[in-house]
Amino acid sequence: MSDVKTIATQRSAMNIPTGRLAVWWVLVSEIVIFGGILASYTMHRMAHADWAEQAAHTNMWIGAFNTFVLLTSSLFAVLAHQAAEKGNGKKASRLLWMTIGGGAVFLTVKSFEWTNEIRHGFTIQSSGFWSYYYTAAGVHAFHVIAGMCLMAWVAGTAAKNQELHRVENVGIYWHFVDIVWIFLFPLLYIAK
Amino acid sequence: MSTTHAPEVHAPHGSHAEPHRNYVKIWAILLGLLVISVTGPMLGIKLVTLITAFGIALVKAYLVAKNFMHLDIEKPIVHWMLVAALALMVLLWAGVAPDVQKHEGQHWKKPPVATHHAPAHDSHGGGGH
Repeated sequence: MSDVKTIATQRSAMNIPTGRLAVWWVLVSEIVIFGGILASYTMHRMAHADWAEQAAHTNMWIGAFNTFVLLTSSLFAVLAHQAAEKGNGKKASRLLWMTIGGGAVFLTVKSFEWTNEIRHGFTIQSSGFWSYYYTAAGVHAFHVIAGMCLMAWVAGTAAKNQELHRVENVGIYWHFVDIVWIFLFPLLYIAK
Repeated sequence: MSTTHAPEVHAPHGSHAEPHRNYVKIWAILLGLLVISVTGPMLGIKLVTLITAFGIALVKAYLVAKNFMHLDIEKPIVHWMLVAALALMVLLWAGVAPDVQKHEGQHWKKPPVATHHAPAHDSHGGGGH
């Protein structure tokens, strides 16, 4: 089994490696998920001017710091891809672990932020705004956790210089998660 | 699970034939844009907030998609897939927005929002429920 691989990892029916095509299909479905959440939030936000009072309680600096963290983790992810392109699996693996570290910092900050907000009485049931806030940020955080798990697995194989194409695939997913946050940040933290 | 030998795809590791990019420079530009998106709304001008917060979010997303996800050298099928997903999002918006955002109109009934935000709308929009 060691020298044979599933056909799906090697054929290229659409002139694009099947693994990468599969990642893009996942992202297309994710666009519908996050697009639905963001579109419905924006509609309700525009229809309820009073939500601005609730949004004023979110901390823009925490959101900005987490944006910085995710942008930096995306840099590590694309540098990991670059290392994989050069066949340097160990470096790619190291950079993937740094990306995972970025995700861990993001989630740690988020957990402190949520704890503080819940202590101040802002829960998912407080109002329409907070329902969207926790739902959108929560679904996003779940994707960060999923990305970290996948990346740890890919880093393990990359360290052995195996399956280096996966470094790019998991990176594409991570950049998408970064893009979602790029839109969540102004919607939840800046528009007040 | 069926396994077999299959012809390798041409690019190394199945990746793009990637042009040289300075990723650190792109990251620095993204951080610069982040600073603008944070400081712009501090001016308190609505138009500036819209441009600096949401306009720059679009630019940041474009830079990440183009340079980090390599969308600019990706195959056309991926572009079509993404366009289709975004079109579905617009369709969702177009289908739902009237229910969510509109508070009055012919044959319109939206008691909770109308009561909460604009009681005067009841007299305009109560044409027949």
